[in-house]
Amino acid sequence: MEQETFIIGTIVENKPGVLHKVSNMLRRKGFNIDSISVGPTETSDWSRMTITFRADEATARQLVRQMEKLLDVVRAKILDQSMSVARELALVKLRVEDTRARSDAINYANVFRSRVVDVSPNTLMVEITGTPDKIDAFIQLARGLGLVEISRTGVTALERGLNALNSEKEGAQNG
Amino acid sequence: MIAKMEGCRALIRALESESVSVIFGLPGGAIMPVYDALLDSGMRHILVRHEQSAAHMADGYARASGKVGVCMATSGPGATNLVTGIANAYMDSSPIVAITGQVPTSLIGRDSFQETDIVGITTPISKYNFQVKHASEIPAVVRTAFYVASNGRPGPVLIDIPKNVQTETSEVDFNSQLLVRARRNNSDPDPVLVKKAAEALATAERPFILSGGGVRISNAYEELRALSELLSAPVGTSLMGKGCFPEDHPLSLGMVGMHGTVEANKLVQEADVLLAVGMRFSDRTTSRPDDFCRDARIIHLDIDPSEIEKNKEVNIFIVGDAKKTLKGIYELLAGQLARNVRSSLERIKEVKGLLTQQISSNGGKELTPCKVLKEARKVLPRDAIVTTEVGQNQMWAAAYWRTYIPRTFITSGGLGTMGFGFPAALGAKVARPEAVVVDVAGDGSFLMTENCLATSISENIPVIVIVLNNGMLGMVAQWQRMFYKGRYSATRLGRSPDFVELARAYGAHGERVESLNQFSNVLRRAISSDTTTIIDVPIDPEENVLPMVPPGKGIDEMIVA
Repeated sequence: MEQETFIIGTIVENKPGVLHKVSNMLRRKGFNIDSISVGPTETSDWSRMTITFRADEATARQLVRQMEKLLDVVRAKILDQSMSVARELALVKLRVEDTRARSDAINYANVFRSRVVDVSPNTLMVEITGTPDKIDAFIQLARGLGLVEISRTGVTALERGLNALNSEKEGAQNG
Repeated sequence: MIAKMEGCRALIRALESESVSVIFGLPGGAIMPVYDALLDSGMRHILVRHEQSAAHMADGYARASGKVGVCMATSGPGATNLVTGIANAYMDSSPIVAITGQVPTSLIGRDSFQETDIVGITTPISKYNFQVKHASEIPAVVRTAFYVASNGRPGPVLIDIPKNVQTETSEVDFNSQLLVRARRNNSDPDPVLVKKAAEALATAERPFILSGGGVRISNAYEELRALSELLSAPVGTSLMGKGCFPEDHPLSLGMVGMHGTVEANKLVQEADVLLAVGMRFSDRTTSRPDDFCRDARIIHLDIDPSEIEKNKEVNIFIVGDAKKTLKGIYELLAGQLARNVRSSLERIKEVKGLLTQQISSNGGKELTPCKVLKEARKVLPRDAIVTTEVGQNQMWAAAYWRTYIPRTFITSGGLGTMGFGFPAALGAKVARPEAVVVDVAGDGSFLMTENCLATSISENIPVIVIVLNNGMLGMVAQWQRMFYKGRYSATRLGRSPDFVELARAYGAHGERVESLNQFSNVLRRAISSDTTTIIDVPIDPEENVLPMVPPGKGIDEMIVA
């Protein structure tokens, strides 16, 4: 079956060990993850995890069911990408030895609507937000300029409109 | 109700409120406070000689009784020795609660003496696990553990308790809440899907019902039987489903799978509608999942939604309790079906006839596993419980030991754990002391947990062990004969102990038999003796388990002779 990139939105209990349980399940079932991002939610009891991975659709559905089988997972869902906003943030550090390189870097950053967040005599750090494709494109350019290091957050995503993971009825689970 | 007490006493009290009457275990430093508190309770403790056996005993207890089995061990090696038993219970959806001691919280993470990360280790092989941080959490943890272990699709739960939490005195509230969110009730099936399933079955010409362990878990035997009779549908089982349908029923075909019966494997492939209940299309049942029932419409019923499309794509998947769902289908069809019962019975007879012709030549010897197990069936009561080890002994038992009553055939299906049968037999005997319990063993498997003889004698838990003794690791040897040009690599056991003397050394009774008649007499005496008896039955080292579907072949491409 055809492989595509899926974004899975999940709400999990905010307890110690939950990330381990999720990542352990993903490993043992052989799901090959591109990114996973975790953070607090509007409710202190819950955290939100966003997982991206490439697979066929049946595998993606199986991943959601395996997630929902974990007792600390409140809900998991494949997000419809046309009905969701997905973003990633990256910090990109560039080597800029002279004025010319520095102005090139700043110009590129502007074109990508990113911001320069730190400057040193020899380096410049850019904060860029967008879809993973946009960040890939910027990093590609940055390689030509002199890339020192990058740190990416992984994708985070929300559905558009009133759809919300926390408001829909719970997924199929059992104790 | 709130009381002030030590964590260890809170644990015992919480276990009592779950109606726990027996714990299988072995003490050690990090669990000593709990063992001390245990002395003041009415619970029975059964001392094992290796913790793996404690987990298997709890598992056997759970399978024979339907109740949650409890095992206990200390930290470090005690805990890691439980691991095989926990994995075994997980693969076969058996409800056990394992309690482990842990080093004090101040020592966790420092590679302290007998420290091991048992929560990390058991995460992939348990349904849920806890490390308790405060004594006050204990009632809620225990309540949640029992709830999780026994609800929905059952499974093992581990509770790890640091030693200082066991001794800490705290206000403990026994009216505790569950620590997992209330789950959606998966037991009530979607009526629309039940109707669709009923319609598919109503128009089926060659329906087939494949029953798994889920039928046992939900006690759906009567519903299964009623539906099969209404549809005149033959019933095959997976290994875990053996016993869910009486094997002397005219519609019973026995087991489907790698060592399934010829008639079950042939007829399941001929089906135009397959109703698969509480089973997961494992590789040992289907051989090649894609090829399995390729032309049939498949209705898959399971309480675990993650089984949808896990191993096999199906036409209708119903998430629900087997008992409720089978009843729902039956009620929609009752009174409006007039299938020709005779035609399916005739087809069964025809296929069975084929089998008899093909394997009737397998006669000559006095003691064959087939003859021994059929003789045992004649001698043992209808409700006797048989456990098995793993390998040839297990597949012979599956093939030749006819099971009539649910929960009387107990075997390690998913994990395939050699050494499971003997401790599981002890656990089953503790659960059902009035029943005759027999472990069908091979000499290889038996030696893995042979030291349970000490527990059997000390704790007065009499069982019978039939050792089908071929001096080989028989199943591996069979594969070496079939697929490795007969080159035996590490499958000859060499000099094994004398099982009669071994039994005597432990204070049990042992006999070696040379004829079927002698076997029969020894078995009769063992039943009435109330002493653990080992019956050593020498068999041909080169005897194969047949029929067999070679790996990678279709389920109906069997080797029969």
